[in-house]
Amino acid sequence: MKRILVGIKRVVDYNVRIRVKPDGSGVITDGVKMSVNPFDEIALEEALRIKEKGGAEEVVVATVGPPDCQQQLRTALAMGADRALHVTASGSIEPLVAARALLKLVEREQPMLVILGKQAIDDDNGQTGQVLAALWNRPQATYASKLELQGDTARVTREVDAGLETLEVDLPAVITTDLRLNEPRYVKLPDIMKAKKKPLDTMTLADLGVEQHEQLKLVRFEPPPQRQKGIKVKDAAELVEALKRKGLL
Amino acid sequence: MSASILIVAEHDGAKLNASTAKCVTCARQLSGAEIVIVVCAADSAAVAAQAAQLAGVTRVITIDNPANAHALAALLAPQIVAVSEPFTHLFGPSTTFGKDLMARIAGLLGAPQVSDIMAIESATRFRRPIYAGNAILTVEVNGAPKLIGTVRTASFEASATGGAAAIEKAQVSVELPTHTRFVSVSAAKNDRPDLQTAQRVISGGRALGSADGFKILYSLADKLKAAVGASRAAVDAGYAPNEMQVGQTGKIIAPELYMAIGISGAIQHLTGIKDARTIVAINKDGEAPIFEVADIGLVGDLFQIVPEIERLIG
Repeated sequence: MKRILVGIKRVVDYNVRIRVKPDGSGVITDGVKMSVNPFDEIALEEALRIKEKGGAEEVVVATVGPPDCQQQLRTALAMGADRALHVTASGSIEPLVAARALLKLVEREQPMLVILGKQAIDDDNGQTGQVLAALWNRPQATYASKLELQGDTARVTREVDAGLETLEVDLPAVITTDLRLNEPRYVKLPDIMKAKKKPLDTMTLADLGVEQHEQLKLVRFEPPPQRQKGIKVKDAAELVEALKRKGLL
Repeated sequence: MSASILIVAEHDGAKLNASTAKCVTCARQLSGAEIVIVVCAADSAAVAAQAAQLAGVTRVITIDNPANAHALAALLAPQIVAVSEPFTHLFGPSTTFGKDLMARIAGLLGAPQVSDIMAIESATRFRRPIYAGNAILTVEVNGAPKLIGTVRTASFEASATGGAAAIEKAQVSVELPTHTRFVSVSAAKNDRPDLQTAQRVISGGRALGSADGFKILYSLADKLKAAVGASRAAVDAGYAPNEMQVGQTGKIIAPELYMAIGISGAIQHLTGIKDARTIVAINKDGEAPIFEVADIGLVGDLFQIVPEIERLIG
């Protein structure tokens, strides 16, 4: 079966103002809205569009994380994923661990494509897709803004610092999404009801034979340094004067 | 055990990207570290010569292969792994080139990666921004023989030149995959300074109203020898190409002077300009969040103010 595997992560919603805990042990997540990582929503949307155009038969969504992640898996099912896989784990899940778990799912599911967000907006690591592609020994096309499937290959336009780069990769491959790939659909209420009946399999990292190590110890969280409040000028002439005083013109 | 750091050079085949010199400065924060640059290219001579001049670099390793004409992570990663054995740290810049490549190397080596290093506290302890720069994390790497890092280039000045490191050709005989092929790269041609290294940057937002509206910025930029950037909103609206985007998901920059014109200042944009020395904001909405971070703010109509600034500086 032609299948697409989409990885998602539960993160603090992008609209929430992030506050660091006073003791520096993390950021405040109690009573804070949690969502599917926005780049992962784009990944799922792309997979659904491919399926709707007949390019794939099944979209499977997966996550690695604590029991609460099921909410985000249900959201993904409501968006249109066919089934969900939940690898349960607690604590900080490092990219290498997440990628090893995804590799095990890839071996079971044999997808033609794996689509992930280019980074999660919490830890901003931006590694999991590339690490998975390396472990799997398959192509990677990161920061995708356009994806076209042509038989056994994919043509991917990537947003790189120089502009837009186009690669051709053999399938199966790992794609990571950038913002302009698509605009994810909104979930409708009847779909939320339907999603409750869709299959959601749960397993542990140990079930997959993946060890959860902690090589990256999160020592301390701090708020960023604040910039000094500046001055207001009333017109262009004052602005030019101010810049000259600072030696900038 | 003293650290030995391998830095992967970013270049376009002829010229070493300034991001590499910034990685060297980052690596030099670790006193006593041996710093080696690896250049993968079709013909590495010109780039290796530039790398060898960076102060603090002990050696330059070159890996020449016609397949390296375009920097494809899937092809470069196994070649770099092939020369990585003696090193404790492998660094690359936190540019799209480095972010794409270094994590693939981390995967091949099964090594942990610290992304976006903004400061080095010890050989195993680093500081990095998370949550789009809304928190700073100190991270300690435990029990890993080798670690991978990407360097947040906006946090470091480019290392000076004046060095004369030895250049060695490495014989690398790994089989390269054929599953990933370069097709093309397209970029708007312009003669302005590079956005990521320019001392002055003028950026426009959605208030410019159209691609045509950006012309007043280009005109001022040419007078100031500045690079031109854009907010995500302006790029999404089609007023400017994506490579001009400044912000968390675009380019993170640290110019001497940053002028935000008609940009409201969404958090993801502010993340990209936090390290600018002086921020100027021009916006008709006096309540716009950009004024919270601006050193000099001017409330008014940008279509009058920008041409007037150009006239005043003559």
